[in-house]
Amino acid sequence: MALLNISSPHTSRPGDTGGVMRQVLYALLPGIVLLTWFFGPGHLIQIGIAAITALACEALVMVLRKRPVLFYLKDYSALLTAVLLALALPPLCPWWVTVIASAFAIIFAKHLYGGMGYNPFNPAMVGFALVLISFPVAMTTSWTGPAELLNAKLTFSQSLHFIFSARDGIDAVTMATPLDVYKHQAAMQTSDEIFKQPIFGSTIAIGWEWISLAYALGGIYLLWRRIFTWHIPLSVLTALSICSVIFGWDADTHVPLSLHLFTGATMLGAFFIATDPVTASTTPLGKIIYGAGIGILIYVIRTYGAYPDAIAFAVLLMNFAAAFIDQYTQPRTYGHNKAKRGLPKGGK
Amino acid sequence: MSQPFFELHDFKGGIHPAENKHQSTELPVARAPMPSRLVLPLNQHIGAPARVLVQEGDKVLKGQLIASAEGFVSAALHAPTSGTISRIAEHALPHSSGMSGMCIEITPDGSDTWCEHQGLADYRDHAPADLLALIKNAGIAGLGGAGFPSHVKLASSHNKPIDTLILNGAECEPYITADDMLMRERAAEVIEGALILLHILNPERCLIGIEDNKPEAIVALKHALQASTKDAHKIQVIGIPTKYPSGGEKQLIQILTGKEVPSGGIPADIGVVCQNVGTAAAIHNAISKGEPLISRIVTLTGKACAQPRNYEVLIGTPVNELMQHGGIDAGLMQRLIMGGPMMGFTLTDLSVPVVKTTNCLLAPTKKELPVAPAAQACIRCGMCTEACPAQLLPQQLYWFSRAEEFDKAEAHNLFDCIECGACAYVCPSNIPLVQYYRYAKGEIRIEKADKVKSERAKQRFEARTARLDREQAEKDARRAARAEAAAKAQAEKAAAAPQPDGAAPANTASAASPAPVADLEALQKKLDAAKLGVEKSKEKLAAAIAEGSDKAELLQGAVDKAMERMKALATEIAQAKKAAKAAPAAENAAEKSDPNSPERIKNKLELAQSRLQTAQERLSAAKAESSDLIPALQTAVEKQQAKVDELQQALQASLAGDTAAPAAPENPPATGDAFAQQTEQLQQKVLAAQSRVDKAQERLSMAIEQGSDVLDALRMGLDKQQQKLSEAQAALAQHLAAEKA
Amino acid sequence: MSIILIAVLTLTGLSIIFGAVLGFASVRFRVEGNPIVDQIDSLLPQTQCGQCGHPGCHPYAEAIAGGEAINKCPPGGESTIAALADLLGVEALPLDGEHGSEKASKMVAVIREAECIGCTKCIQACPMDAILGAAKQMHTVIADECTGCDLCIEPCPVDCIDLVPVATTLQTWHWQQPLSPEKLIATDAGRGIAA
Repeated sequence: MALLNISSPHTSRPGDTGGVMRQVLYALLPGIVLLTWFFGPGHLIQIGIAAITALACEALVMVLRKRPVLFYLKDYSALLTAVLLALALPPLCPWWVTVIASAFAIIFAKHLYGGMGYNPFNPAMVGFALVLISFPVAMTTSWTGPAELLNAKLTFSQSLHFIFSARDGIDAVTMATPLDVYKHQAAMQTSDEIFKQPIFGSTIAIGWEWISLAYALGGIYLLWRRIFTWHIPLSVLTALSICSVIFGWDADTHVPLSLHLFTGATMLGAFFIATDPVTASTTPLGKIIYGAGIGILIYVIRTYGAYPDAIAFAVLLMNFAAAFIDQYTQPRTYGHNKAKRGLPKGGK
Repeated sequence: MSQPFFELHDFKGGIHPAENKHQSTELPVARAPMPSRLVLPLNQHIGAPARVLVQEGDKVLKGQLIASAEGFVSAALHAPTSGTISRIAEHALPHSSGMSGMCIEITPDGSDTWCEHQGLADYRDHAPADLLALIKNAGIAGLGGAGFPSHVKLASSHNKPIDTLILNGAECEPYITADDMLMRERAAEVIEGALILLHILNPERCLIGIEDNKPEAIVALKHALQASTKDAHKIQVIGIPTKYPSGGEKQLIQILTGKEVPSGGIPADIGVVCQNVGTAAAIHNAISKGEPLISRIVTLTGKACAQPRNYEVLIGTPVNELMQHGGIDAGLMQRLIMGGPMMGFTLTDLSVPVVKTTNCLLAPTKKELPVAPAAQACIRCGMCTEACPAQLLPQQLYWFSRAEEFDKAEAHNLFDCIECGACAYVCPSNIPLVQYYRYAKGEIRIEKADKVKSERAKQRFEARTARLDREQAEKDARRAARAEAAAKAQAEKAAAAPQPDGAAPANTASAASPAPVADLEALQKKLDAAKLGVEKSKEKLAAAIAEGSDKAELLQGAVDKAMERMKALATEIAQAKKAAKAAPAAENAAEKSDPNSPERIKNKLELAQSRLQTAQERLSAAKAESSDLIPALQTAVEKQQAKVDELQQALQASLAGDTAAPAAPENPPATGDAFAQQTEQLQQKVLAAQSRVDKAQERLSMAIEQGSDVLDALRMGLDKQQQKLSEAQAALAQHLAAEKA
Repeated sequence: MSIILIAVLTLTGLSIIFGAVLGFASVRFRVEGNPIVDQIDSLLPQTQCGQCGHPGCHPYAEAIAGGEAINKCPPGGESTIAALADLLGVEALPLDGEHGSEKASKMVAVIREAECIGCTKCIQACPMDAILGAAKQMHTVIADECTGCDLCIEPCPVDCIDLVPVATTLQTWHWQQPLSPEKLIATDAGRGIAA
């Protein structure tokens, strides 16, 4: 048998990209379970629709690009995109919204830029932003209320019905999200009055606080597994907190910090979306700047923008800057007095 | 442990691959048997290859110098055993390229007889420079892996004060235990070597850094240290945390001293010299025993190896013989790695020898170290950035290397990469990152070499152009001076013998001009040329004056003379014009302009024939001398012959066409007989001959001027041409006479 | 009236200020560049082969600066054209085949010394002075200085000069670029197995 001639190293750590993606999926499970517990089975259905669409689109593109389909499906990246997208969508949004969002995410946001590893924008967030802008009504009227506030528990078949066919009677099971409620009523009522509304429950907001904690738990698991580093999540949350404390200290007019952190998609965004390595900054300092940028943008959009939640736009805006940030935050290499900044001048 | 507190520093990044070291440390170091042949590459070290001192068939003794260090950065080579030099030729080398290089092959005689050798009784009685010379002569080159000649490393520290000597016993690569076993079994040699190095460098301290996964080695060294009485207080044995690549020179220095070797610099720049523990032991053997570096400890390991252990192997032992002895089953392994799994390289030709830098032969089974699966896309996960001990951005370097944006890769400090492989080890997409960096580095090096070369080419070309211009200018100046002298002589002649009738045409230097018609055109040309010459001379003169050159006077003289010559020419022209009015100028120059005219072709033919002749002459001369140029000359003759044939054909064709067509219109008023035509032809012949004579003369004078060695040939040519000319003239005269008659 | 006056004055003032700023910037941040000819020349391969129709690289650089096409340099090939296009901000054209084709590898001239008759014709032709020899003495090429321009091939009367590709040595060998992930198919195990 001929001996191979291969460049070193000749050994590698076990595991592959698919393994990394799987770990992220596992880390999402607690959040998914709690979402279903509090807001009904809508998200499970959305995950199913998004996953089927995404995998089908991925396979289609791979066939068109004449690539081995299974080899690429095995990296789980399309599935992860689908799940993240589905978790960001409202649980009862019509099926076609989900299909459009996830097809757009895979085909346009991912593969038209060259596929895995080449996409400058987070595909899930591109898909989400597309449908948020295109179908505002479907997107804002599809959040179910917490189960304990509904008269009857939302069943699986009911959810299927709302998602796939008739939307009549959907008002009975949907509600505005806490962030939405607070934002629109802060001008008229004091903080105490707003918090008396049933949706906020006894602590922060029914369901949301637990779901956020579950996401954070999953994120910490990934940190422990060294799938990503602490830089981005911590800087997102810190920047958001600082902004909220400095500019929104008056709870009567501004959304309070607790709501910023523990409702909406903050934790999902900080731990699972902003940390998407392909579209994030990669240098240690760059990650901190990138995360802080997201945190600040979340606060700015939530406070001054038209949308109650802002993860998608904040992440997408910082995606623009990631490559640039990287160039100016190179670490100091061993044996050099100072770090280099930017690309070589002039050059060829 | 009584280890005093020692502050360790950490380096960023690093990985913890499975160590797999215990397999090969169970048994003590064994001596490998004498192989059937020894192959000694001349370049086992970094630097110039050694210079061979022996010839095929020579008998050599063990330890005898067989190739000496060529230049400073080079290392000597010694016979590892007694025997016969069987071959000095190209042989496959242990190198990733699989290429070959010059090697000395020795067939052992089995007696293993040492040559005379003697160590120093006490190295402390000798100056460091003498010890360095001994180290150089012992052929010691870094045994850790890079193979940098040790004396160079030690000598490079002379300009800078060294405060710390570091002995590298970290051996961070998985599987390898050669240094471990050396330290366990020969701790005293290592300590003695360290003491010698202390004597040479005289630093404040010596630190022996050992990864803490080798407790036996640490203990052994500490014991040896206690047993030693001399400068032992300066030496400290330090256990460092196990982390790959702590054994990298730069990383070990950072761990032990907290200082970083500047990029592009050497450790001596920060007062540190780092040597491998094996090198220290080899230095001890060279100084105290007089034994050059002819063997080393090599680890044979991997699951394809029946009994992994360390062997003391003679340098030059072919890998396949060592494998056979060590029980490596070639059928089980997918690749054979020389070195460790992180930085070693694979061998494809198993006849390559063990060299001074070979610390391990790793024969893993397919299952043990599976070949990495196909690379997936980079997801920029950043794990490589965290693992990189040089704090680079491996993933950026990967993108740049892949896109061949080498300038950007260089700007991201590609050349600070130590190719440790940590990035590729952690990469979840299994991208062969190190190979990308090696590729980019190689390309950049070639690009730089090309740049240097093209810069040099440019300089050479400019120098050449300048030289040619200068030569041309000198030639022009000489020519002008010569023309000057001729004109002067002419003027003198004219003054001495003033011609009474004035109608006679002026005779120029080309004496044999019998034509009654003065060649106005030629004179005009000469005048133009002279004018040009004067202008050039003037320019030069101006330049010379501007430069304040001492040639100015000379040039001034030349210009004056040239002007005189011009005046003389002008008068000549005036005379010639007068004469021309009188003479029936019946020359037609039209003939000359037709390149296919029989005349032209004839000229060419004659030229070719004469060339052929000279070529033949040369050939016969060469044959007479039985020179080795004969075949070359023969081909030249053949080529000329072919040319002649070709021309002859062309001439015939041309003549055929000529007689058919242009004969009639050329002489319509003639009486129809061939006489006028013939006359004309003869006249043309005369003219052609004349021009050839002129040319020959010109060439001759040029040759004389340049002192060429073909003078004789040219003179002969001129004679021949003149003869031809007179023949032609005679023919013409005859013809004309016949007409009159 | 006063409104118009204010507008005019404001605009005038602004233009004066901006003009001053621009003027200052043009002085303060002036880019000291090489003359363009030298920049072009530095990109050319300096083989001085004359395949472009100019007697050497510098004359061609001057011609390019004067507007000649950038695709007449076969030794430089596509990479030189790309670099020139980049420098001059023009479109990269494919190599003009009229001037020769790009050679796959670098070449060096080698004299078959047994056949050399010592005519010195190649020495005169060599733009690099890279051929050593004297009349009736064997000539040889200084390989390090040879640019592979092939100008010595034609003048040789006995055709004893060959252009051979420069051989890879242990010093110039390096690993090749691995196959990119996109080019691999699923069954390709192993990282860029060297041929």
